[in-house]
Amino acid sequence: MPITVNGMSIPLLADPRVSLLDLLREELHLSGTKKGCNQGACGACTVLVDGERIVSCLALAVQYDGRAVTTIEGLAQDDRLHPLQAAFIEHDGFQCGYCTPGQICSAVAMADEIARGVPSHVTADLDRSAMTHTRDEVRERMSGNLCRCGAHNGIVDAILEVYGTSNAKLLEAAE
Amino acid sequence: MTPFSFDRASDADHALHLAQRGGRYLGGGTNLVDLMRETVERPAALVDVTALSRDIAETADGGLMIGAAVSNTALAAHPLVRSRYPVLARAILAGASAQIRNMATVGGNLLQRTRCTYFYDVEGSRCNKRQPGQGCDAKDGFNRIHAILGASNACVATHPSDMCVALAALDATVHLSSPGGTRTLPLTELHRLPGDHPELDTMLEPGELITAVELPSSSLAAHSTYRKVRDRASYAFALVSVAAALEVADGQVRDVRIALGGVAHKPWRAMKAEAVLRGGPASVSAFRAAAEAELAAAVPLRDNGFKIELATRTITAVLAELAGVDA
Repeated sequence: MPITVNGMSIPLLADPRVSLLDLLREELHLSGTKKGCNQGACGACTVLVDGERIVSCLALAVQYDGRAVTTIEGLAQDDRLHPLQAAFIEHDGFQCGYCTPGQICSAVAMADEIARGVPSHVTADLDRSAMTHTRDEVRERMSGNLCRCGAHNGIVDAILEVYGTSNAKLLEAAE
Repeated sequence: MTPFSFDRASDADHALHLAQRGGRYLGGGTNLVDLMRETVERPAALVDVTALSRDIAETADGGLMIGAAVSNTALAAHPLVRSRYPVLARAILAGASAQIRNMATVGGNLLQRTRCTYFYDVEGSRCNKRQPGQGCDAKDGFNRIHAILGASNACVATHPSDMCVALAALDATVHLSSPGGTRTLPLTELHRLPGDHPELDTMLEPGELITAVELPSSSLAAHSTYRKVRDRASYAFALVSVAAALEVADGQVRDVRIALGGVAHKPWRAMKAEAVLRGGPASVSAFRAAAEAELAAAVPLRDNGFKIELATRTITAVLAELAGVDA
């Protein structure tokens, strides 16, 4: 079975050493996904596989046979930015922009994790299935994406604008 | 990365067959792929075992059977884990990043290798774990993150997993398959202390495969938690971590489980502290005395002496939290 990347069917390479990241960048020339540390520590290479976020540098492409990969190039629809892309611009969620594709892919999947009730390290009550986008939750859940420019406050603001509920805003006001 | 062959196993028997000529099992790849890129690991053959069970099912006696290919995220998010074994959900959520927890499997988490920087430094450092007999540059080097319990002259590395610390406290057992048949091992006997053979992390036989982890039924486990002390608030390995479950009645400790992470070559079940506590008062001074009893055997290296007091205080604080008393 081939890998599907942004809806396109891609045959696998013969060499099993090729990471999913290198397949995207070097073979498919989808250079939006970035290579930062290449050891799973920075999150710049974050992509979605069947809607879940992973670091593509630690993924051997051959393991993702038959799976559907979405990169930053797959989020915008033609010339229309994904709402999160627009919010990152609005809130100065970047300076150099190198970590941004990973941040945005990561945040898209993070919102889905919250919607599915996946808890985090800072979730106080594990018995509650309804999760909220508080600033602390977003910061913890995005800790796998580093920004060396230090745009984290703008990044969290952008995410809260798109995914934050009025409930979350009330909780923040109470903090 | 050294060239290797790649095969995908359809089930446990297929995996055992594919690995019979020395293949290494591959789960999510978050540790092994990294080690291969650094040439710490150079397997000639990889066998993808992510098609093993992803089920989390209640057992006949009210415990849980967790398939080896269950992702770390799925395990931490499971309603029965969250309600009956909160220490396990908390430990997993304290580890790595969301991306890595999505990729990482339960079986792979058990077989994580140490993050000792000298182990990773192929070009510049001697390491008995990487190359037996070579020597250990960590012992007299920068060893702030290294072991204070159970270390040897050959190796002072620590086990990196958070999940395993919770499993050690929960009396989990590991289900194993090999061409000769199946067996189970208590989680606390899966990993080993380094002794003269730090190249061996576990008691697994060559080619043996982890197929599942079983949690016993436990009323104690519902009253449990995990605390991880690290250099930053998220996405860092533990300097010291504590998994504990506690049952108090009439001010007395009815039952208790404690395990420590970041202090030894394996998840460290604190049997001495448990023995001191059982039947005694559930007071901060008793918690502190029990922690001191456990850490009495600790041996500091040049840079990690702080871990002894840190572990003592963290055990005390976690037990106080579970007992509902002020530390």
